[in-house]
Amino acid sequence: MTKLDIQSGQAAPRLGVPDRDALRETLQKQGILIAFALFLVGFSLMSDRFASWDNVSTVFRQVSIIGTMALGVTVVVITGNLDLSVGSLLSFATVLVVDLHDQIGPAPAILVMFAATLLIGCVNGLLVGYGRLNSLIVTLGMLSAIQGLTLIYSGGQNVDIADQEGTWFAVFGRGFLLGLAVPTLIFLGLAVAFHVMLTRTSFGRRVFAVGGNPTASAFSGVRRARVVFSAYVLSAFTTACAAVILGSRVMGSQNNVGQGYELLVLSGVILGGASLLGGSGSIPKTVIGVLILGFIQNGLLLMGYPYYAQWLVTWVVIILAVWLDVASKRGAFFTRTS
Amino acid sequence: MSRVAHHTAEELADLKHRAPLLRLDGVTKTFPGVKALDDVSFDVRHGEVHALLGENGAGKSTLMKVLAGVHRANSGTIHLNGEPVEVNSPLEAKARGIVLVHQELSLAPELSVAENIFLGSLPTKRFGLVSWKRLNAAATHILDRLGVKFESYDRVGDLSIANQQMVEIARALVFTPKVVVFDEPTASLTDAEKVVLFDVIAGLKKEGTGIVYISHRMDEIFTLSDRITVLRDGQTRGTLNTRDTDEDGVTRLMIGRSLDKSARKAAPEPGPVALEVKGLSCGDLFRDISFSLRRGEVVGMYGLVGAGRTEIAETIFGLRAKDGGEIRIDGAPVDISGPPDAIRHGVALAPESRKEQGLVLGMNCRDNMSLSQLDAVSRGGWLDRGAEQAIYDEYAGRLSLKAPSWRTPVRNLSGGNQQKVVLGKWLGVKPRVLIVDEPTRGIDVGSKSEIHALIRRLAAEGIAVLVISSEMPEVLAVSDRILALYHGRLAREFAAADVTEDALVQAISGL
Repeated sequence: MTKLDIQSGQAAPRLGVPDRDALRETLQKQGILIAFALFLVGFSLMSDRFASWDNVSTVFRQVSIIGTMALGVTVVVITGNLDLSVGSLLSFATVLVVDLHDQIGPAPAILVMFAATLLIGCVNGLLVGYGRLNSLIVTLGMLSAIQGLTLIYSGGQNVDIADQEGTWFAVFGRGFLLGLAVPTLIFLGLAVAFHVMLTRTSFGRRVFAVGGNPTASAFSGVRRARVVFSAYVLSAFTTACAAVILGSRVMGSQNNVGQGYELLVLSGVILGGASLLGGSGSIPKTVIGVLILGFIQNGLLLMGYPYYAQWLVTWVVIILAVWLDVASKRGAFFTRTS
Repeated sequence: MSRVAHHTAEELADLKHRAPLLRLDGVTKTFPGVKALDDVSFDVRHGEVHALLGENGAGKSTLMKVLAGVHRANSGTIHLNGEPVEVNSPLEAKARGIVLVHQELSLAPELSVAENIFLGSLPTKRFGLVSWKRLNAAATHILDRLGVKFESYDRVGDLSIANQQMVEIARALVFTPKVVVFDEPTASLTDAEKVVLFDVIAGLKKEGTGIVYISHRMDEIFTLSDRITVLRDGQTRGTLNTRDTDEDGVTRLMIGRSLDKSARKAAPEPGPVALEVKGLSCGDLFRDISFSLRRGEVVGMYGLVGAGRTEIAETIFGLRAKDGGEIRIDGAPVDISGPPDAIRHGVALAPESRKEQGLVLGMNCRDNMSLSQLDAVSRGGWLDRGAEQAIYDEYAGRLSLKAPSWRTPVRNLSGGNQQKVVLGKWLGVKPRVLIVDEPTRGIDVGSKSEIHALIRRLAAEGIAVLVISSEMPEVLAVSDRILALYHGRLAREFAAADVTEDALVQAISGL
């Protein structure tokens, strides 16, 4: 494109500028990949166990819950909305599926849990999509409402599965297939499905359109409410899938097991470069964002730092990532003031 | 208006020898895919009103934004009082004494007039507390100079738009500026308020302030200015002494030729009625609107802002609920409760505001075009990229869209090409009825006539076209019939053959 312009004399850029522009564009588009690569190299140099197959597959397994949830949240964020209710929704769904497991059997338990979780997603979708209420308020309220709901359901008791060895339910959290952990397979399988959905279907196109410009989308015949509603249902769906993995891995659940997950999930999505203003984002980048979170945690543990060090480091990494993004767009780290 | 006297010949000679206060040399500014300013040079002298003229999209606002530090030029220099300066931010511009009086208001509606005027430099007393006494006194001092009828402690949100405009002007005077840029300052002012504003400008002149005055209104420009610079397609087309020229001379520079009002060809015989509207009403917006559109016909809808034009279009397109009346497509009454219904019935609307309503700016050209017809380019929910590409290729070709590639985000296109994407998006649905609202707003003259020709061609292909416009030359150039609106009512209908400008103006003014 730049070349064409020079030849036609349309927009003769200053000498030296195109290279810098090209570099900036690459950094802007692939910044997350570059950061990811730097991380991997850095940690590999500091710990020889880091780059081992065992360690890498462990990280994948560890991020599978947050990663799965991040897929649905990515869709919501692309529509220009937030979903902060996924953390407590994860608690609710996990408590429900674990508790019902012994009462009605694994398959019915999973079905009932999905139905209940999707219903909550529908409520979010109705309020934000059709009710046009602010998504921050709606899902923040939903966060505490579901916490209450979970405690009412469980009576404050932790729940667990009695026969942890004999149930096929164990496969989702503990199983291996072709040498890969089932949670990893679920996460990556869903990621492929979501990526295809966002890039190859008319629904995916509508998601980007609604987030990019809701008014123009409406003028083009796109039904915004329907798209936003569907996004919240998808977000509840991926959280329900994550609950299956979590419940199966732990074979029990505390009432607040998902506390704080909404922020981790959102961090992964933002690290992946999705704009909170809507209209941009991608599943592969969200996956990388989540992996960065996972590798930071893992790398710090390998280097002997306590696990809570990751919270601080994660924050620093997110600020740096967002700052780099903004800085590359405006061409400076600070705005100039006189 | 006559209060602002022209310079005497002696003064003018003096003016000529005075060194320029502000000089821009060879300023070029490109945005990806667009050259907004191309080697523009321009200067303002002490105590001079320099009018800047040009069609929408000619580069006036970009030039002003470069001057005010909002944009940075790719090349070129700015000299202030003979010294080369760099203006990298609006704050820096202000510190150097260059202030911009915006066309769009940038006030905080919840704060008082005084707070708005001194925003960012509020006078303080001990412990950093705001000194309300000094603030209001200083604000009152400036307001007195402007002769306004509101108080420094009034809440800005309670003021009329015109008065808010006066606050905006007051804000510019705080810094005893060297150069003041007025961007369409009279757009919302009454005649009495204009007189006050012109007095203020005369006062600034006397103090030696340089003034850049952007306006579309020829009478104002000829009353106020000492020199006129015309921009076209991002280039300076010439600087004239106001005394030595007239409206015709300026117009020729602006559009590159004298206005040709007979571009319209003889209309072919129109076909059957495609859209019929009977007694359409919607609250206070419009009442009892009845008209029909035939296939192969272009009907212009002309009226002042607020006459209900856009609202009528939005109601037909299903974006607003009507509270009375009937819409028929091809003779059959239809119930349109949203854009999807309208699209299904073959009605398309290319809206007034391209950027807000017409396009997803961050999306590429192809995806924007197919957005109106996602069901048609997908099978069972799966997008057929070949079908999308075919639509893009066809309409990019037919509309001679100039885009680097289908992947280019529409944000990077010029206004004219953006409008072509909007049109392409609606032509793809093969509409029976096409409504275009202000199709050439903010588009350069070349693209303008191209789009006019396109509208005629679409009609010739059998589409019924309704063109909504506030530009009389446009309505006259494209329409077979013209509907004149006044205050939400259909005032008169004209056949293009026997319409006169006077009759049209009278009809839309309720005379």
